[in-house]
Amino acid sequence: MKKGKLTFDDESCKGCELCVSFCPVEILSLDKDRINSSGYHLITVSDMDKCIACANCAIICPDSVIKVEVLEHE
Amino acid sequence: MIRYERSKGLTDVHTHYCPGCTHGMLHKLVAEVLDELGILGKSIGIASVGCSVFSYDYINTDFQQVPHGRACATATGIKRVLPDRIVFTYQGDGDLASIGIAESIHAANRGENITVIMANNATYGMTGGQMAPTSLIGQKTTTSQEGRNVIQHGNPMRVSEIFAQIEGAAYVERTSMHDIANIRKTKKAIKKAFTYQMENKGFTLIEVISTCPVNWGMKPREALDWSKEHMLPIFPLGVFKDVMKP
Amino acid sequence: MSKVLMKGNEAIVRAAIAAGLDAFFGYPITPQNEIPEYMSKLMKEHGRVFVQAESEVAAINMVYGAAGAGARVMTSSSSVGIALKQEGISYIAGAELPCVIVSVMRAGPGLGGIQPSQGDYFQATRGGGNGDYRVVVLAPETIQETVDLMKQAFDIADTYRNPVMVLADGLIGQMMESVDLDKPVKKRHIEPKTYITTGTDYHEGRNIINSLGLDPVYLEQHNFALERKYKEIIKHEVQYEMINMAHAEYVIVAYGTVSRIVRSAIESLTDMNIHVGLIRPISLWPYPKKAFDLIPKTCKGILVVEMSMGQMLDDVLISNKGRYKVGFYGRAGGMVPAPEEIVEAILHFDEKVVD
Repeated sequence: MKKGKLTFDDESCKGCELCVSFCPVEILSLDKDRINSSGYHLITVSDMDKCIACANCAIICPDSVIKVEVLEHE
Repeated sequence: MIRYERSKGLTDVHTHYCPGCTHGMLHKLVAEVLDELGILGKSIGIASVGCSVFSYDYINTDFQQVPHGRACATATGIKRVLPDRIVFTYQGDGDLASIGIAESIHAANRGENITVIMANNATYGMTGGQMAPTSLIGQKTTTSQEGRNVIQHGNPMRVSEIFAQIEGAAYVERTSMHDIANIRKTKKAIKKAFTYQMENKGFTLIEVISTCPVNWGMKPREALDWSKEHMLPIFPLGVFKDVMKP
Repeated sequence: MSKVLMKGNEAIVRAAIAAGLDAFFGYPITPQNEIPEYMSKLMKEHGRVFVQAESEVAAINMVYGAAGAGARVMTSSSSVGIALKQEGISYIAGAELPCVIVSVMRAGPGLGGIQPSQGDYFQATRGGGNGDYRVVVLAPETIQETVDLMKQAFDIADTYRNPVMVLADGLIGQMMESVDLDKPVKKRHIEPKTYITTGTDYHEGRNIINSLGLDPVYLEQHNFALERKYKEIIKHEVQYEMINMAHAEYVIVAYGTVSRIVRSAIESLTDMNIHVGLIRPISLWPYPKKAFDLIPKTCKGILVVEMSMGQMLDDVLISNKGRYKVGFYGRAGGMVPAPEEIVEAILHFDEKVVD
């Protein structure tokens, strides 16, 4: 199983939650405690260790918010 | 190793599109394809009239913004004088199939070597959700409050099927954006269309089933699911014309 | 070089090609059908672009695309078809693109008739497209002048990045006259086109041809900039001719083929010892308003003669500034006035006064 690392360009995010709904390991959620300068809520990762670098989130994201890196296997 | 990052085919400008709008995904796919094929620098895009009017701010090529419906005529003008450049239009269902149907059909009929990306979300999004040529029977819109009905409004128009009849059309495929697998298929279709243009095979059209969460009154994921459940039965996915496979 | 006997529509095509036309997009409509016909043959022979578009609407949008891509481009039509192009012309002006539009006027309104008319003066100079914009309008009276103005038109379009219309009528389109196609026209220096969409590999930065401006602050500034451009055009591009103005008792204002009929009338009037001058605008926009300051005090009245119900009449009333009586004589529906009618109009000028 691959392991991934996600980086978010928060200013581009519109809080649409499509990444949340398409994440197969359900580690993404809308964070109602944070907003960007456009007023949109941002996305948090609950447990990056569970990320499998499938890139579903990045592929579905309309705003290219997420960068997905594959970490070297141990 | 980077698995996915923002494409060089996009500019840095934040889009004005609604949260969860499929235009964002579709722009990415066009941008990625142009970059991967190495043709960003020789491509000229045509921004039509609709929500995507600002595509000239988002996709990293030269652009012409043109009158509503006329994109395929303008594309013809550009391609005829610059035949070695890549010319593409980005149009909605209203722009292409309503006001622009004549220009679009005739560009295909002449076999113009251009690529047309049509986002079909069964509505006039920018102007607030009026009925479009592709709106579904029963679909409530701001100009068909009781739902589209056949007697008054006619049936939704199947654009890909119409264009597939035209000999000058080299590649016509209808795809969807409703899940990851279909987004990947859409990207492949777009890549094929641009490749056919590079090989001077003729007119290429990719009709992409899209959503309009705000005007449909749905959340983004709900809208994607609705498009799968309600639009795909009326607008079946698939390749309708491939000049390489007669 | 030698003169040839040639039909106006054909001369228009050859003049455009001599001026370096890269692409023609047009559609059939009487009385200018020969233009797309000759274009289809000659542009092919010269290895240039010809497309018979599916409509006049499509044609003007092809012009937009090709102009934005840097080509010297032209379309042609008549009255009804020019009406269809108005949206495109407004976009071309708003996006500041160069192009030449030839209009061979026929009678209207609506489908009207195919005989000559000057009923599109308003359409040409006031523009049927939306917004504040101007089209440079040039009106030839002979086929030779048509050829000369066609060649000028492309340079004017490029100099100002604006549409230019050559306004002929069915007489010019259809008649044959001797013409020297090689008569030299003063060339202008045209700046290299840095704004054109040829692909980012081919120029600095990213070029966007656009007339959209949702921010009113920006759009107002854009309109002010267009206005500054139009003021430059007014300063430099007025063209007109005045004949027989010394001690003129009447001044006739006419353009295009009508001015040729007026010249005959003036000869007859001179034989009757009545001195009548002619102001012949060649640029209809910018209109030669200053010519009216040169009307001698001997003038008893200005007679406007048009093949219309009175359209250039408005510009004459404006330019006159209430100084002299203004009368009007017109024919419509495709009827062409005879010199005798104009003589009669002068002899009974007071019956023709409108202001």
